[in-house]
Amino acid sequence: MKFKDYYQIMGISRDATQDEIKRAYRQLARKYHPDVSKETDAEERFKEVGEAYEVLKDPEKRTAYDQLGANWKAGQEFRPPPGWDQGFEFHGGGFTGSDPFEFSDFFEALFGRGFDRGAHGRAGFHARGGDTRAKVLIDLEDAYRGTARGLTLKHTQLGDDGRPRVRERTLNVRIPKGVRQGQQIRLAGQGEAGLGQGGAGDLYLEVVFRPHRLYRTEGRDVYLNLPVTPWEAALGATVKAPTPTGTVDLKIPPGSANGDKLRLKARGLPGNPSGDLYVVLNIALPPADNEAAKTAYRDMARTLGFNPRAHLGV
Amino acid sequence: MSNQRTSLLSGDVLDEEIELTLSELCRACRLPAEDVLELVAEGIIEPRGRKPLQWRFQGICVRRVRSALTLHRDLGVNWAGAALALDLLEEIESLRARLGRVSD
Repeated sequence: MKFKDYYQIMGISRDATQDEIKRAYRQLARKYHPDVSKETDAEERFKEVGEAYEVLKDPEKRTAYDQLGANWKAGQEFRPPPGWDQGFEFHGGGFTGSDPFEFSDFFEALFGRGFDRGAHGRAGFHARGGDTRAKVLIDLEDAYRGTARGLTLKHTQLGDDGRPRVRERTLNVRIPKGVRQGQQIRLAGQGEAGLGQGGAGDLYLEVVFRPHRLYRTEGRDVYLNLPVTPWEAALGATVKAPTPTGTVDLKIPPGSANGDKLRLKARGLPGNPSGDLYVVLNIALPPADNEAAKTAYRDMARTLGFNPRAHLGV
Repeated sequence: MSNQRTSLLSGDVLDEEIELTLSELCRACRLPAEDVLELVAEGIIEPRGRKPLQWRFQGICVRRVRSALTLHRDLGVNWAGAALALDLLEEIESLRARLGRVSD
């Protein structure tokens, strides 16, 4: 078991006041809250901070923890010294609403669990397992067709002796056609196992699209930036455009401007109704890297007399 | 990827097409009905239908309720604060989507 430096985790000094501890916790909790944070390891960090706070905010647990001494380093191999917690009783008010299943074995070795250990064996003690969440990464194309994903999840399960164990398990989950970025799929009974007759919790899978080379999505609508030449935009043309369901011939109307959006109805993510595919025109300028091209630009300058800054009054 | 002989699981996509009654929402979010009434009063979720017994919630409400709950529990914000945070988070999400490809 590795030693955890709760002060380091919370970024505070060992002589921090209770107010400072609370303030640090609030700041870190906001930063790493899985519902708010964009950090990739938010979930892990949030649990770690919650555990550190559980100990440091409680003067009794903090004193006991401090008593281990300041010489321990985070990550160092650790065994609690025998009788280290003499004179402490970690009960009553010590534990908050935090989910004790989430705490590390380091925490558990020191403070036990948040509920009465004796309760497990007692007949008639039932509790529903906690809900868990995970992300499932898919490609946009998968959302068009539907797919299946193998997921390896770590989860905590209570053994027969009432102690939690981390187990890995693999789930094969159907990702239905038409799912969107950020949507949740609920898998009933796939969360943490319950106690006694309490059923298992649910697993909530959040759908995350891998960034795509060509497309981006907004809800069910899909966007593609399509480069076109100035003459295709000005004169109109039929050009080839990729879509997630295959290449299409796209008609560019004459007089199109940079940034114009062409809508391909129902070519977005499938659903009821299906989303649309928007093609955003990006006018690409041909390089003037040879004499003929330069001449063509000079001709344009002469014949068009175009001032793109007229509206700026210059 | 290990797809070894695990059966294929299907879940419910919590979208607009799924509709839940008050009691189904309570069960899905593990909340007493009084709390759900409070969340409705705060405008965190909006049911269709006039009376609680006729209420129908979109599947997407499950996510909002669960987020509101964890914000309330973990950060100590009240329901009004959670409602504000959820609205802002949704706005950020749609702005990020509009920004185009997310560069990590």
